[in-house]
Amino acid sequence: MNLVLTREKTERLETIIQRDLIEAGAQHVIIVDQSGNLIVEQGTLEVADILSLAVLLAANFAATAEIARLVGETDFSLLFHKGDKTNIHFSKLGDHHIIITFFDDNVSLGLIRLRSTNAIEQLTAILSSKEGNERWPL
Amino acid sequence: MAFIDLGKKEIQAKIVYYGPGRGGKTTNLLLVHESMSKQVCGKMVTIDTKGDRTLFFDFLPLSLGKILNLSIRIQLYTVPGQVMYNTTRKLVLRGVDGVVFVADSLRIQRQKNIESLRNLEENLQDEGLDIHQVPLVLQYNKRDLASSNVPLLTVEEMEEDLNRDLKVPTFEASAVKGVGVYETLREISKLTVKGVIQKVRGEAR
Repeated sequence: MNLVLTREKTERLETIIQRDLIEAGAQHVIIVDQSGNLIVEQGTLEVADILSLAVLLAANFAATAEIARLVGETDFSLLFHKGDKTNIHFSKLGDHHIIITFFDDNVSLGLIRLRSTNAIEQLTAILSSKEGNERWPL
Repeated sequence: MAFIDLGKKEIQAKIVYYGPGRGGKTTNLLLVHESMSKQVCGKMVTIDTKGDRTLFFDFLPLSLGKILNLSIRIQLYTVPGQVMYNTTRKLVLRGVDGVVFVADSLRIQRQKNIESLRNLEENLQDEGLDIHQVPLVLQYNKRDLASSNVPLLTVEEMEEDLNRDLKVPTFEASAVKGVGVYETLREISKLTVKGVIQKVRGEAR
């Protein structure tokens, strides 16, 4: 599935990310597709090479999903990396996208999970809507 | 799976270098990375074993200028060629928009080329793609060895083995010397962007 993202759609995605995750204390939020394309990012974390990060996050998620399949699980419901300063939480966003939230120890994992669940339904609806595709200029 | 960001006026597409192990896929990317200006090409990411085999993939982002006011961003990937890494190959192929098949000209690798191309066809099928429909270019690599004593396949033999049915553009190359690398990249980029535009136009209707 190819994705055409209009400016309006991008703004709607950013509003939801801002309201549900950044305002809850998340440092940075990235949405990537399963091919590793960076769809949207928002937040204050300074990353020198965001394209490589997006690709590695998508690959990490895909590899974990494949591990789940090989051990007979349909999915691992929680994918989470714990760091000294920064933690990373992954969630599936519909069939084709992944949302990754970066947060520090001032915010609990539980809150990030709760807020992500709230945001996911709305974000998925925007990403899967074909509205705006007719404005594809070519 | 291409991504078109109309806000940023940008097309992103994914090209995968496929082929048997030790055939020169990573070398193709390394050459592009080393010889292109940093404005055009970003950082190369490599996940390999301690030797020189690719374990998961290599990744190299490129900006290839503009078409009709849209910037073209291409992401180049390689897969691990060794037979046992098929699971990771399938992961890397996800959402692919164009493929370069890097065939090894060494005569001893003849069967490996054929098997790898068949494996590509199967893996594309699992992705819901037909090898005859996907933008595809063949590269016959290591042609520089013709001047050494190593037995090589002739280009005609490789055409017969790999391209009889596909009839896609082919390029003779020596990735290690930089010959044919850009020609291959130029052709696959052209075919991929054309393919993406056609696909999205079809989906928009």
